[in-house]
Amino acid sequence: MTAEEVRNAIRQPRPLVALQRRIFNWLGWGLSGLTFVLLAAAMIWILEMVSARGAGALNWKVLSTVTLGLGGGLLQAIEGTAVLALGGTLLAIPPGIAAGIYLSEYPRGPVAPVIRFLTDVLVGVPSIVVGYFAYVTLVEGLGWKFSVAAGSIALAIIAVPYIVRTSEVAIRGVPNALREAGFGLGVTPGTVIMRICLPMALPSIMTGVLLAMAIGVGETAPLIYTAGWSTYMWTGHLTNEPIGYLTYAIWSFITEPADSAHALAYAAAFLVTFFVLIISVLSRVVLSRRAGWSQQR
Amino acid sequence: MISPLAILPCLALIAIVWFLADYAWPAVKLNGWKFITSNSWDLGSMYANPIMMHGQLLLPGAHYGILFLIAGTLLSTAIAVAIALPLGVGSAMFLAEGVPGPARTWISFLVEMLAAVPSVVFGLWGYAVVIPFLGQHVFPWMAAHLGWVPYLGGPTGSGYGLLTSGLVLTLMIVPLIAATVRDAIVNQPIGLREAALALGATRFETLWKVLLPEVRKVIVASTILATGRALGETMAVLMVGGGALNYVPSNIYAPITTMAAFIVSQLDSAMEDPTGMAVRALAEVALVLCVISVIVNGGARLLLYWGNRTGATTWV
Repeated sequence: MTAEEVRNAIRQPRPLVALQRRIFNWLGWGLSGLTFVLLAAAMIWILEMVSARGAGALNWKVLSTVTLGLGGGLLQAIEGTAVLALGGTLLAIPPGIAAGIYLSEYPRGPVAPVIRFLTDVLVGVPSIVVGYFAYVTLVEGLGWKFSVAAGSIALAIIAVPYIVRTSEVAIRGVPNALREAGFGLGVTPGTVIMRICLPMALPSIMTGVLLAMAIGVGETAPLIYTAGWSTYMWTGHLTNEPIGYLTYAIWSFITEPADSAHALAYAAAFLVTFFVLIISVLSRVVLSRRAGWSQQR
Repeated sequence: MISPLAILPCLALIAIVWFLADYAWPAVKLNGWKFITSNSWDLGSMYANPIMMHGQLLLPGAHYGILFLIAGTLLSTAIAVAIALPLGVGSAMFLAEGVPGPARTWISFLVEMLAAVPSVVFGLWGYAVVIPFLGQHVFPWMAAHLGWVPYLGGPTGSGYGLLTSGLVLTLMIVPLIAATVRDAIVNQPIGLREAALALGATRFETLWKVLLPEVRKVIVASTILATGRALGETMAVLMVGGGALNYVPSNIYAPITTMAAFIVSQLDSAMEDPTGMAVRALAEVALVLCVISVIVNGGARLLLYWGNRTGATTWV
């Protein structure tokens, strides 16, 4: 076969193949676009339900009074959600950031892969399993009963892998030249981490902390048998006092027959959903601002 | 000072498995393999005197078998993964190659927001909006027109059940697949795209025949991770599953319970058992669920470490 024949074979128009390819392309883009539209539509449907029914149910009385039977307000649940989410986050921050520092600064060694693997597996442990573990060990074993302490510890265990991962990525993103500048000035490794790496990485670490708070606000399953439920304001006891929280109100009030209970459930869903969404928008803004910066190293 | 704190998260995982196993051990010894092969959960007669069996104190007539929970968990997860895989990969393809770079972050956010919505809000949405819609319109239509397909015919019930749980679970796990696969496609070397385009491939052919095969390990791993997520979802399934007891679903509309949902719904009555054996048997359910999710997630992570050179592991 001469070069001329090969060229002709290639150049020969093949309308059927061209048509096949065109259909394949259109079908491909069409179907993948359709999957996206389906998911986006579901998201919008959920948001529409929560905001339409939630906004109608939300009023000053809901925000300022405690639950009375199947009506009243959600003040004690709002307080409880804030207490539990803050408690869980505060407990998760020290070990989470410490593990993040360890993974980013000492990645070579026998320990780091083990820590990374176990934290990665921990993130997949179902939240109800963590809740049951806390029930068995803290609520029953240590006799704390339903309490802020047991609920916060359960939330902290669920949130800590997220803080580990975000702080590892954040600290690894600090340019090496800055570390070297510190070492060049004769600074110890500990000081380099605490005074150079941590302050530089702080905004990105904050996104992990925000994520932990969002988890604390949105979780239900691990709290039902650790924090319990209460219609009274929290009196400040860490153990032996159950506490109310918003997600419980969503779950239990929607199946009650009274309209006032449904209204409370929708109001709680509105508060929880929009708090969590605002947090995820915030952390995305922080991350997209920092993205260009960390690529410069 | 950092090291002891740094191993705390790992200790938490080990402690969870250890203490659950320790607490559930009497139930494990009592139930043996019957626990996962038999199909009846019965707390026994609450008002009778406890009896001794195999050295354990328990209520007469008490029997703990969770086959129906395993069936409900696996079936709802299978439905969710089967729908979420094409939806997730499809939207990842669209977002990675069909949307221009600067807009991608924010358009992707519309899908990834699904991951931020709390489980109980999915449950509320399913309970208040989806169940009436599916139960009154979609399921009767499906049973009438698709009834010849095995398991799609028969009584459709009120909307609570296997298919509803599967659909809600789909939406909860799909962002994980979509975000991970999208990142992996975006991070493929530009040279691959240029080579394919230079050979005359269209953009979609490049995506389908070059980029997707490159990220197949990521697709597999993220699907396994999503499976793990679906296995352990609690609140949404609890609210839309219908709470079947001792009952393996006979068609796709039948009510189900999963292991996670069962723990929440049964702990109250289990606490009434004066011998404490019911709470220990529930701990065994939690232990089984924990072991399954550790195996599933551990496997997926190992696959991701091994398959993903770019190191892009998005957690949603």
